[in-house]
Amino acid sequence: MNPLLLAIDTETVIAKLVLIVIVISASLVIAMYETYAERKVAAFIQDRIGPNRAGPFGILQPLADGLKLFMKEEIIPATSNKFLFILGPCLAMLTAMMTSAIIPWGNKIEVFGRTVDLQIADVNIGILYVFGVVSMGVYGIMIGGWASNNKFSLLAAIRGASQIISYELAMGLSLIALLMLTGSLSLRTIVMQQMEPGHFWNIVYQPLGFLIFLVCAFAECNRTPFDLSEAENELNFGYHQEYSSMKLGFYLFAEYVNMFISSAIMATLFFGGYDMPFVNEAALSPNVAAAVGIAALMAKIIFFIFLFMWVRWTIPRFRYDQLMNLGWRGLIPLALANMLITGAVILWLHK
Amino acid sequence: MEALTNRVKVMERKPMTFVEKIYLWNIMKGMMITLKHFFKKKATIKYPEQKRPFSPVWRGLQILNRDEEGRERCTACGLCAVACPAEAITMEAAEREPGEENLYREEKYAAKYEINMLRCIFCGLCEEACPKDAIYLSETFTPSNYTRESFIYNKSDLLIPDPKTDPQGFAKARGNRAKKEEV
Repeated sequence: MNPLLLAIDTETVIAKLVLIVIVISASLVIAMYETYAERKVAAFIQDRIGPNRAGPFGILQPLADGLKLFMKEEIIPATSNKFLFILGPCLAMLTAMMTSAIIPWGNKIEVFGRTVDLQIADVNIGILYVFGVVSMGVYGIMIGGWASNNKFSLLAAIRGASQIISYELAMGLSLIALLMLTGSLSLRTIVMQQMEPGHFWNIVYQPLGFLIFLVCAFAECNRTPFDLSEAENELNFGYHQEYSSMKLGFYLFAEYVNMFISSAIMATLFFGGYDMPFVNEAALSPNVAAAVGIAALMAKIIFFIFLFMWVRWTIPRFRYDQLMNLGWRGLIPLALANMLITGAVILWLHK
Repeated sequence: MEALTNRVKVMERKPMTFVEKIYLWNIMKGMMITLKHFFKKKATIKYPEQKRPFSPVWRGLQILNRDEEGRERCTACGLCAVACPAEAITMEAAEREPGEENLYREEKYAAKYEINMLRCIFCGLCEEACPKDAIYLSETFTPSNYTRESFIYNKSDLLIPDPKTDPQGFAKARGNRAKKEEV
C-alpha cells in the first residue's frame, strides 16, 4: 500500500473537509458576484450604469436574482426524459466544481501547530485530471439538450459538443508544450517552479501557448465569441431553453463557476499561481506569505474574469464555419508548431 | 449600366490581409474602444433620485387653479370642454350661494369637473382656451394605476392645494410653468 495513504489521520480529514467547504462556498460566492460583475461591466462598456437598486451599488442584486430563480415554477416538459433532464444541470454544476479540487490556492499555512496545504488534493497528474473533468462538462450540455426533446436544444447541444471537442484538442496540444518545459503534471510543482528565483512565469517561455490556451478556454467556457450553443437569436436560448427555476440557475451558474476555475488554471499555469511578483515569500512568516499568495492569485483571477467579460462585450459571435475553421485549421496547426519548436529548443539547450 | 445616383459605394472585396486574418490585432483595437467607453461618463439619469429638468413648455397633468385667497378660479364656462379635441373634459355648473364667497371667485362655479386622463392628449388647448386662468398643465406625469375608473380625475384630484393653508403644496403643484403668468 502507498505509505502516503497510511499517513491520513483524523486531523487531516477535518482539515481537508474544512478546505473543501471553503473552496466550494468561495467559488459559489464568486460565481454569484461574477453575474453581478458581468452586468456591471456590460453596462459600463455600453455607457450605462447597470443594476443599482438592490442595496448600495446594487450589491445585493445576485441575492435577488438567486431568490427569483428559486421562487420560479419548476417545469419538466412532458415529452422529456425526466431522469436525464435533471441529470443535465447536475452534471454541469458537478464538473464545474470538481476542477477546483486540484488548484493550489496558496502556500502552506500553520494552524494549531499543523501545516496545512492550501490545496484540496495535490494530484501528481493534475493537468490530466483537469482535462478529464473539463471534457465531462460537455455531457451537461449534451444531456440537457437531448433530454429537452426540442430541436433547437438538440442543435445547440450538438454544436456545443462539437465545439468543445474541437477546441479541447488545441488546448491539450498547447499545454503539451508547457509540460515539456515543466516536466511535471502537478499544478503545485508547476507553481513552485515559477516561484524559483531566476525563473520567470511560464507566459515568458510560452506566449503562443498561452494565447492558444486562452482562446480555447473561451471556447470551453461557451463564452462569446464562441457561445454558439446558447445563441439566443439563432436557437432561442440553446440547450437550456426548456429549463426553468433553479435547474436553469444551475446551468447559468455552472458557466460562471467554469469561468472562475479556468481563470484560476490560467493564472496557475502561466502567471505563477499564488506567486506575488517582487516579493520574496520565503522571507515572510508562512501565514503572511500564504495570505499574500492568496491575494495575488485572486487578483490574477479577477483580471482574467474581467478579460472574459471585456471580450464578451466587445466581439460578436463567430459563425459556425468560422469557428470550425479557426479551431481545426488555425489553432491546431499553430499548437502543433508551438509544440515542435518548444521540443526542438529544449533538445538544443540540453545538448 | 449607368448609375442612377452618385451615392453608390463600391465595396472592395479584397482577400483579407495577414493581420486581418489572425483577428487578434483587430480584436485588440475593438477592446481598446470598449475600454474607452468603460471609463466614459454615463448618460443615465437615476430617475427617482435625480430628475431631468422640465422644459418650459412641458405639458403634464392638468391642475385647477385657485387665486391668492384660495378661491377656485373656474366659473364652469365650458370653453375648455369645447376646446378639447379629445373630449376628455366634462363639467357641471352650479350657482354660488350666499356665504360661499370665500370658496368661489365668481357667481358661478364647477360643481363637477372631470378629466379623463386616458383620453387626454395633453395638447394644452384647455389652458389656452381658459379666460380665467383656472386650468393649466403642471409638471406632473400621469401616474400608473390599476383601473380605468381611477384615471377619470375629479375635482378633488385636480384642485391645487389652498395657498393659505398649504402654501408649500400650492407652490409645488404650481411648479415652474405658472411663474411666467404671474408677471
